[in-house]
Amino acid sequence: MNETLKHTKHVLSENPVTLLAAGMFLAFVLMALFGPSLVPYDPLASDATAALQAPSGAHWFGTDALGRDIFSRVVVATRLDLGIAVSAVAVSFVFGMPLGLAAGFFGGWWDRIVTRVSDTIMAFPLFVLAMGIVAALGNTVGNIVLATAIINLPFYVRVARAEANVRRGAGWIEAARLAGNGDARILAVHLFPNSLPPAMVQVSLNMGWAILNAAGLSFIGLGVRPPTPEWGILVAEGAQFIVSGEWWVSFFPGAVLMLAVFTFNLLGDALRDIFDPRRRT
Amino acid sequence: MLRIILTRLLAALPNLVGVVVITFILTRALPGDPAAYFAGAAATEEAIAQVRAQLGLDKPLLEQFFRYVGSLAQGDMGLSLTTGQPVLQELLARLPASLEMVLLALVLACAVALPLGVLAATRPGSWIDQLCRVLTTAGVSLPTFFTGLLLAYVFYFLLGWAPSPLGRLDPMFSPPPQFTGLYLIDAAIAGDGALWWASFKQLILPVVTMAIFVLAPIARMTRASMLSVLSADFIRTARASGLSAGTVLVTYGLRNALLPVVTTLGMVFSFMLGSSVIVEKVFGWPGVGSYAIDALTASDYAPVQGFVLAMGILFVLLNLLVDVLYGLIDPRVAVSS
Repeated sequence: MNETLKHTKHVLSENPVTLLAAGMFLAFVLMALFGPSLVPYDPLASDATAALQAPSGAHWFGTDALGRDIFSRVVVATRLDLGIAVSAVAVSFVFGMPLGLAAGFFGGWWDRIVTRVSDTIMAFPLFVLAMGIVAALGNTVGNIVLATAIINLPFYVRVARAEANVRRGAGWIEAARLAGNGDARILAVHLFPNSLPPAMVQVSLNMGWAILNAAGLSFIGLGVRPPTPEWGILVAEGAQFIVSGEWWVSFFPGAVLMLAVFTFNLLGDALRDIFDPRRRT
Repeated sequence: MLRIILTRLLAALPNLVGVVVITFILTRALPGDPAAYFAGAAATEEAIAQVRAQLGLDKPLLEQFFRYVGSLAQGDMGLSLTTGQPVLQELLARLPASLEMVLLALVLACAVALPLGVLAATRPGSWIDQLCRVLTTAGVSLPTFFTGLLLAYVFYFLLGWAPSPLGRLDPMFSPPPQFTGLYLIDAAIAGDGALWWASFKQLILPVVTMAIFVLAPIARMTRASMLSVLSADFIRTARASGLSAGTVLVTYGLRNALLPVVTTLGMVFSFMLGSSVIVEKVFGWPGVGSYAIDALTASDYAPVQGFVLAMGILFVLLNLLVDVLYGLIDPRVAVSS
């Protein structure tokens, strides 16, 4: 543990950007938790007299075509966007890890089925598959979460399968078995904790991607529906005003979305440096 | 050579089958009763039952699947409800627009990412390495719709350099006579310089938007694999033998470093085909992606399913191409298979 701490400190001091990313992560979490009670305006209240105003002291990010305060809408959207990403990643983690661990541990036909299914998912361009799933199952937030979870599943299956495959013949697994542990217990208590470090790196890298994916789906009109504030929708709402010069309607939601993804990507890189220095690129 | 292609083709077959199976599941997972949906809102019970029998929805699932495969084999992807046209025909008519954009974006991304990755690897820690690091992290974080709108704002609204970011061609021009469907090539064949320039100008913003997004994985992989190749013994030997820096870097270094880069092309294609949907929506590009989005907004499902299937098949074929390419670049792979 002491070694890990030392290494963590080294990684942090080597790359100050990581510290910045951690700070931004904290800011996003606070925004998601307390945003709705902190914002200056009601994110849904329109005001025809204040439509399409440029950023000012009263409206930091300006107002949209209905006179709604964009700053309030962007801040309030944080909870929904992060919520979708966290639930999607959680679902793929909860289902992908056991499937992958079992596949790597037992091998045989179970392994073949799991690998085949995850390969088949990967045989699609992932965003297109997500589009197809949401289109088929119906246009709801729950289905966005499900679609994002399904397209992320193969990554967890692969990580877990590789870890279990390498370790299944190890001496300490044999020792655990001789001590009277059943297969299920070995998987849950011994293999699972050992596969956590690479899985956590995957989680962090996946979060940014899940946010991008969910926002992209709402941008093309799937999932979250207006007037609910969501970053992808907010950008889509401002798209038509770009050519007439009202840049702020799309710019601020897009910039915050980008910062969120950037934060998770940086954190993912940092986690990888801490847990798995060999994979540094 | 032929044997390699054949074995790869066989290896790609399960993926192709998987793509068809998943698309089939998606068609049967429509919300509510598909028969009621296709029969229309005012349909009676008998009419719905009739449509159900007509679509074969009353048959066992396995039989439905084989009927589905059978009609696919005949090129039947159903009709679009909004336009009344066969889906396959409409997809094929719009595919060149998407391909032209995606291919140019790939060329541009490689043209920037490969030298950047090589330069970053030869000077680790230098400003160019830092630039590469920032670009690759920022590139994957940028939502394509955000980049696209930003570029449109700066280059169309502020600077006025780019044409109106809507569609493939300014309404003043009519499209060139169709040979390939790629306007740049067709205009060149027709010998129409003004038309070529007009379609090129329309292409710039969407292509750059997409290239920025896929630049990151290519540059990152080039840098990483160049770094590991450059520290190999045979590079040291080549240097010690007095070969010129360029020969060592390109012939000995890059040629070996390219192998992992080619492998990541599969992922790059996945990114590109996915993000092309969004880029097409931003720039009003009349490709297959915006076709699918229009159909989605109209709750017209056959085109969406056709689109998902077509993209799945296209992606499997592109991966096959990458595999074959890999065999060509690296003779060792060919020998071992």
